[in-house]
Amino acid sequence: MTVRPITEEELHDFVDQTLDVRRKDEVAAYLDTHPEVATRVAAYRRQRELLKAGYAHIADEPIPPQLNLARIIERQRRPALASWWAAAAAAVVLLCTGGISGWSLRGVAQSPEGIAALAEEASASYAVYGPDHLRPVEIKASDRAELVNWTTQRLGRPVAIPDLSDSGFRLMGGRVVATAHGPAAMFMYDDDHGTRLVMFARRMIVDLNMPMAPLSNGNVNGYTWADKGLGYSLVGPTPPERLHPLADKVREQLSRET
Amino acid sequence: MNDMVHLIEPLIPALRRYARTLVRDRFAADDLVQDCLERAVSRWHQRRRDGDPRTWVFSILHNLAVSRFRRQKRGPVEFAIEDTADRDVSQIASQDKTVEVQDMLRCVDLLPEEQRSVLLLVGLEDLSYTQAAEVLGIPVGTVMSRLSRARDRLIELMDGGGAAQPSKPLLWRVK
Repeated sequence: MTVRPITEEELHDFVDQTLDVRRKDEVAAYLDTHPEVATRVAAYRRQRELLKAGYAHIADEPIPPQLNLARIIERQRRPALASWWAAAAAAVVLLCTGGISGWSLRGVAQSPEGIAALAEEASASYAVYGPDHLRPVEIKASDRAELVNWTTQRLGRPVAIPDLSDSGFRLMGGRVVATAHGPAAMFMYDDDHGTRLVMFARRMIVDLNMPMAPLSNGNVNGYTWADKGLGYSLVGPTPPERLHPLADKVREQLSRET
Repeated sequence: MNDMVHLIEPLIPALRRYARTLVRDRFAADDLVQDCLERAVSRWHQRRRDGDPRTWVFSILHNLAVSRFRRQKRGPVEFAIEDTADRDVSQIASQDKTVEVQDMLRCVDLLPEEQRSVLLLVGLEDLSYTQAAEVLGIPVGTVMSRLSRARDRLIELMDGGGAAQPSKPLLWRVK
């Protein structure tokens, strides 16, 4: 029986023990008759042993507390408000400076994907588009049908546009915005005194149904919740005692429409 | 969630070991692992369900290390000379490692980074060639050629002394 020629790659397979039994025997037989190659293969093997010996102690060390996986998971599930505000601020800075690569930076890497991330994304959108005097919205309220069509297409499901006119807030329009967790719909409202509110919605991957939670950093307030897989956040400079009933009203309207 | 803990937690010792070969400084290496774990937790749902979790987590670690190296290259040098001098070598010496092991680690350090990572993933972490290719984002053929070059270069370095032991005579085999 003729044996297939032994390849250089198979010598490494032999060393790393990834050959099937039969081929392993064939390589071994080849090495028996080729001492120079056998010496080289023996050297590869020795390298493996030495590497393992040299680094083994690291894997035997007790795991330091910062690498406690349960704690990392817990932290991402219930992030402290303060930390995600910091992350939101960082996100705003990054967005403003166009630093896309910044998303891989540490602070943002820690951002969870649930409702806290949603709140972060909503406040980032408010910070960017709220003060914009040139083009705060892409599609104006007068083209409401087009706005609904666009956001529905991008989010893959309809998102109703809440009506806050009873409370003195008029719809300006909206746009689709990018988040790390997919497209989001942003609707903007204003009153007659220059106060703007941002209503933000996107599909949720986790936290599909969540009760309303407040957020605040002194200047900006918000309320965030999730219902049947869609997450919502209402953000603005309005004091909590006024914003909260508005958020309740939005939630009520949306639950009626979906 | 439990899934995640069961699959990722046992990998932490190996992640720390691989990180230490990439970053040397113990604390910087653990920082890297922490970033890696945080990212793995937050992106757990995005991984391919049929994929191997070990390959996935190692590639997160590797990519974080690469982007960190890039940042460091542009910015000021963050590792002081003494860091590189007393890094693992002193630790190993203090733990009574044999001279041969010390030589080996020094020689591994002399390899180009692209060869070193292949060698360590395969030879130390026991990843298959396909897994190593996935972690590094390169074709399997490239893994093979880098591995082969790394091992041959190590033979030269260990044998001839290379930069590791320049005083060792090269003619000892000559009769």
